[in-house]
Amino acid sequence: MTVAQSFLEALESISGNKLRSSLTVLGIVIGVAAVIAMLAVGRGAQESITGSINSIGTNLLVVFPGNKDQDIFRPLTVRDADALRDQLTAPSIEAVAPTLEIGGNVAFGGQQTSSQLFGVTPEYFQVRNVNLAEGEFISEEHVLGRASVVLLGPEVAQELFGHADGITGETVRIEGKPFRVIGVLESKGGGAFGSEDNQMIVPLTTAKARLMGPKSGQTGERVDAIYVQAAGGDVVSQAMEEIGQVLRARHRTADGADDFTIFTQQDLLAEAESITNVLTIFLGGIAGISLLVGGIGIMNIMLVSVTERTHEIGLRKALGARKGDILTQFLTESSLLSLIGGMIGILLGWLISFIVGQIAAANDAPFIPVVGFDAILLATIFSAAIGLFFGIYPANRAARLEPVEALRYE
Amino acid sequence: MMNAIETHDIRKVYQMGEVEVEALGGVSFNIRRGEVIAIMGPSGSGKSTLMNTLGCLDRPTSGEYILDGEPVASLSDDQLADIRNRKVGFVFQSFNLLSRQTAITNVELPLRYSGNSNGQRRARAIEALKAVGLEDRMTHRPTELSGGQQQRVAIAGAIVNSPAIIMADEPTGNLDSKVGKEIMSLLLTLNQERGTTLIIVTHDPIVAEQTQRTIRLRDGLLEKQS
Repeated sequence: MTVAQSFLEALESISGNKLRSSLTVLGIVIGVAAVIAMLAVGRGAQESITGSINSIGTNLLVVFPGNKDQDIFRPLTVRDADALRDQLTAPSIEAVAPTLEIGGNVAFGGQQTSSQLFGVTPEYFQVRNVNLAEGEFISEEHVLGRASVVLLGPEVAQELFGHADGITGETVRIEGKPFRVIGVLESKGGGAFGSEDNQMIVPLTTAKARLMGPKSGQTGERVDAIYVQAAGGDVVSQAMEEIGQVLRARHRTADGADDFTIFTQQDLLAEAESITNVLTIFLGGIAGISLLVGGIGIMNIMLVSVTERTHEIGLRKALGARKGDILTQFLTESSLLSLIGGMIGILLGWLISFIVGQIAAANDAPFIPVVGFDAILLATIFSAAIGLFFGIYPANRAARLEPVEALRYE
Repeated sequence: MMNAIETHDIRKVYQMGEVEVEALGGVSFNIRRGEVIAIMGPSGSGKSTLMNTLGCLDRPTSGEYILDGEPVASLSDDQLADIRNRKVGFVFQSFNLLSRQTAITNVELPLRYSGNSNGQRRARAIEALKAVGLEDRMTHRPTELSGGQQQRVAIAGAIVNSPAIIMADEPTGNLDSKVGKEIMSLLLTLNQERGTTLIIVTHDPIVAEQTQRTIRLRDGLLEKQS
């Protein structure tokens, strides 16, 4: 029997028992749909996280004090940042932004909320890709004059004022001290690292002098992180080298005994990718279990079908069907069943992904499930393979039937 | 080569748990080409076992069986399937048609397993259906046909591969006597026109009378040849 013939016969047999076939296929449909949807969710999460990492800056490097491989801890200072600005020793560095990160209570009228508070220099806005919805950035003068000015994230503004626009010029109280609002940040939406909309930005010097006080920071020049922008995407690793050299020279540490840690955006991306990959595999694996259950369903029905058609198998054998012919017939049937289920499952999974995306969009979550071509290919091949695998036992049973016995069976 | 079938001392022993049951206890006979033979015997006489053996559905435990010049007693399953496909046409008491398939597809079925092209299959199936007088029922399904017509479809399927022998197992057993007579005369006509050896297993004496020779079995042995 040729492949085309067995394909046609399988199709006839499947359509000859439509209700049973569709119930059998349902297991595979659900399994494949789950796999497709889960992979899409995983991929969507990955793209969303990648997007938010990219949104924190361009060609960004972050220097933190301390190193997990070393016991010594030496804080980073404003002077370290100044040294990195030297174009002679660090030509690959475009901009440097030392930053303090503290929390703070902010109040306006009767409203009060707490949020992250950043003390920054003017370079910060360039390095971190911060845009304003209204108002102006923190300037050099603000920093020099330790001005009590603040930029509010839209979420903070919303909390305090009930709206996020037209509040420039208002005065809020941070830790009880009056600050003039000079602008509102543009909304970035919730990202992978919490909402970037829920923050306040003040001049670095102001944060140090007015908000931290003598009790929290004895080391006067201390900063929590230095954000560095490389001069281009191709010199990020050079910039990393230069930062290392400059800081090692300043801290007088040996090569390989850094008391600081440098992250690049690529590091973060790779890290995030490996995390979301685990997530995707985990979700896909759970969905894969339902595919397995669907395969067992196919095996079950194929076994019933073999028993039901014992007489027919006997007749076919009497007429000259070989073991291989019968085997092919049943394997084709089970693979075809499974493949049909796979096709429908892909469509359903696509639909589910789309609906999930719509729900996410309706909730303002920046999350779009992505149905990849690889996922579709995987699901198609996998579903056919499942049909084949779970068809082997029933088909083998059919092929091994003795013609005399099978013919006698009614 | 004159004989369609030669058997020498065919024995068939079934193992029923601990007990061995001898269904055929050493049977030897020849059937000439073109001959019409009846195999008769009471139930339990080994009739079915002999028919299964002659039809290559089963192998004898020992002995020699030469079908159409080929020794087949010790062939593998697939080789036997091939022999059945090429040399044996079956006609069963209960017609044994695939109920979901049309008459012509049923007739084509043996050809599917012998590697004929679509066009050849169709042509030969049409020719066979014409030979049994069913050219106007080709696309009917078994449920839309009378018993006699179903048996004609089965006969068309039996002759479509031009086999050496036709094994008919009680071909008229499920039919009333008038239709039974028609089927018998069709089988005899095909035997005369095509020279296909015809072996009929029956316990109907009227059927046996129309054959040239009767092989009688009792307790797994030949009783007498008339």
